[in-house]
Amino acid sequence: MSDEKLNLEEVARVANLARLDLSEEKTKQFAGQLNNILSYMDKLNEIDTSEVEPLFSPVEHTTVLRKDEVKKEHTREEILSNAPDTDGQYFVVPRIV
Amino acid sequence: MSLLIEKSLTEIHSMLMAKEVTATEAVKACLARIEETEPETKALLAISGEEALKLAEEMDQQGPDSSKPLWGVPVVIKDVLATKGIPTTCGSKILEGFTPFYDATAVAKLKEAGAIIIAKSNMDEFAMGSTTENSAYKTTTNPWDSSRVPGGSSGGSGATIAAGQCYAALGTDTGGSIRLPASFCGCVGVKPTYGRVSRYGMVAYGSSLDQIGPMTRTVEDSARVLNVIGGHDQRDSTSVDKPMEDFVAALSERTDLSGLTIGLPEEYWGEGISEEVSESCRAAITKAEELGAKTVPVKLAMTEYAIATYYIIAMAEASSNLSRFDGIRYGHRTKDADELIELYTKSRTEAFGDEVQRRIIIGTYVLSAGYYDAYYRKAAQIRRLLREDFNKAFESCDLIAGPACPTTAFPVGELTADPLQMYLMDIFTISLNLVGMPGMSLPVGMGKDTNMPVGLQLMAPAFEEKKMLQTAHVLEKNLSELPKVKL
Repeated sequence: MSDEKLNLEEVARVANLARLDLSEEKTKQFAGQLNNILSYMDKLNEIDTSEVEPLFSPVEHTTVLRKDEVKKEHTREEILSNAPDTDGQYFVVPRIV
Repeated sequence: MSLLIEKSLTEIHSMLMAKEVTATEAVKACLARIEETEPETKALLAISGEEALKLAEEMDQQGPDSSKPLWGVPVVIKDVLATKGIPTTCGSKILEGFTPFYDATAVAKLKEAGAIIIAKSNMDEFAMGSTTENSAYKTTTNPWDSSRVPGGSSGGSGATIAAGQCYAALGTDTGGSIRLPASFCGCVGVKPTYGRVSRYGMVAYGSSLDQIGPMTRTVEDSARVLNVIGGHDQRDSTSVDKPMEDFVAALSERTDLSGLTIGLPEEYWGEGISEEVSESCRAAITKAEELGAKTVPVKLAMTEYAIATYYIIAMAEASSNLSRFDGIRYGHRTKDADELIELYTKSRTEAFGDEVQRRIIIGTYVLSAGYYDAYYRKAAQIRRLLREDFNKAFESCDLIAGPACPTTAFPVGELTADPLQMYLMDIFTISLNLVGMPGMSLPVGMGKDTNMPVGLQLMAPAFEEKKMLQTAHVLEKNLSELPKVKL
C-alpha cells in the first residue's frame, strides 16, 4: 500500500506501548485495517485549522474543587474484594526485583 | 405479550400507585417475559430476579410511596454502569466476575426513586460497536426480527425494551449508542446534553463524549427517567450545576407545534439514506408541518469530517481510559506471567476483544510523540468547527431533524469484517457527541422494504431537552403507533 502509515513492525511496537501482544496473524490483519482507518482520517487535512483553538471537551466550565476533607467512603476489604490476588492487606503482584 | 408487560412506564406506575397491581406482580411479569423471550433475544447479562422479588415484596409491605416517581417499576441497566452487588462486565472478559461495591450515580438515583433493578443488559465490549456483536458473551438479536442486529452499543437495552422485558432501561451514548439501537428496535432513546447526567460510576470509554440516557417505549417515560437521573453531582467534575426542569410537566404545555422551526440539514437528507428510511422520516416531517411547525433548510457542512474526528478523539480517550485494566486491582489476570510487564501484557491480550484492541492501538498511535498534533489536536480543532456549525444552524431553527441512521437494522454479521464500514453507520449521530448537544430517536414508522422500525432523530441546542421532548411527544401522539413485536 503506497500510503501505508504503519508497517508490521510499527503495529507491533505501538501494540507493545499499549501493553498488547499481537500474534503474527493478528498483526497482519490489524495492519491492513489500521491503515485503512488512518487513511480515512487523513480527510481532516483538507481543512485549514491553523487559526482554530482545539475543543477538548464540550463542558468548558471551571472545575470547582471540593473541600480537602479526609473521607473514608470504602473499606479496605471492599477495595480488595475484586482483586485477583491479595494478602488481605495489599494487592499482590509478581516480584519486580 | 401479557397485558401487564404491554403497559408503558407511566401507565404501570399509575397502576402501582392506585394499588391495581403490586410491585411483586410487576416484577414477576417482567421475569416471566424474560424467561419466555431471552433464549432468542439474548438481551441480558446478569439477571437479579431473586433480589428484585425480595425488594418488591418489602416495598409492597410498606405500600406505594407517591413521592417516588418510579416506585415499584422494574428497570434494566446497561452493563457499563456500576451496580452494587450485581456483576458489571462492560461486555468484556476482562471484567468477568467483577462485582462493584458502589452504585453509579444514575443507578443510585433510580433506586432512590423506587425503581427495581431486574437485570444488566448486554452491550458491545466497552461500548465499542454499533451492533452489539462485539460483546464477549453473546450476540443480542433484534426482537422485531432475530436475524437482524439490535444496533449498538446499547443493543441489549434497546432489545429489552422492544421485547417487553422491563419498562425502562439505561443506555449510554458515546457516538450514537442510545439513538442507533432505539432506532433499530423501535423505541425512544434520549442522549441528554453532555454534563446533564453524572457519569460517576460509568466505566469510561470516551470521557468527553459519553453520556447516560433513558431508553423507553414512550417519550413521557423517557422524560420521567431523565427527571430522575439528571442533575448536578459533585462526584463528576464534568457534571453541570444547572437547575433541572420538570420534563414530564413540560410535556402537557404543548399540544401542537405552532411557532416551532425545524432545521433540515441537506447533509442528513441527501444521498446514502435508504429509500424506506427517507420515506418514513419525510412523512414524520410532513406531519410536523401539519401540526404547525415551520421547516427550514440548514447547513452542517462539517458533517463529512465528523466520523474521522470522532474516531480519533474516541480512540485516543479509550486507549487512555482502558490503561487501568492491568490485572492487578480487578479483572482478568493471566495465569502465566513471571514478571510485572508480562502480567499486564498477557492479561490485557488474553481478555480484550479484537475491536477493543484495534481502538487501543489506534488511540495509542494518534497520541504518540510525533503524531499528536497531526491527529488528536487536529481532530480537537475540527471539533470546535463542528460546534460552530451547529451553533450557526441553531440561529435559524429551534431543533434539527434527520434520520437516526441511514438504514434500518441490517442482518447479523453483515458488517463485522469491515470496521471502517461499521464506523460509517454512525454518520448521523456522532456529531452531537462531539458538540455535547442533546439528541433523541423517535420511532416514526416501519420501513416498507424491511418491515423494520425507522427512527427520526431530533437534535437540540445544549440544555434544550425540554423543547426536544415536547416536540417528540406531540409527534408521537399524532403518528400511527408501531405494530406489536411478535415474539
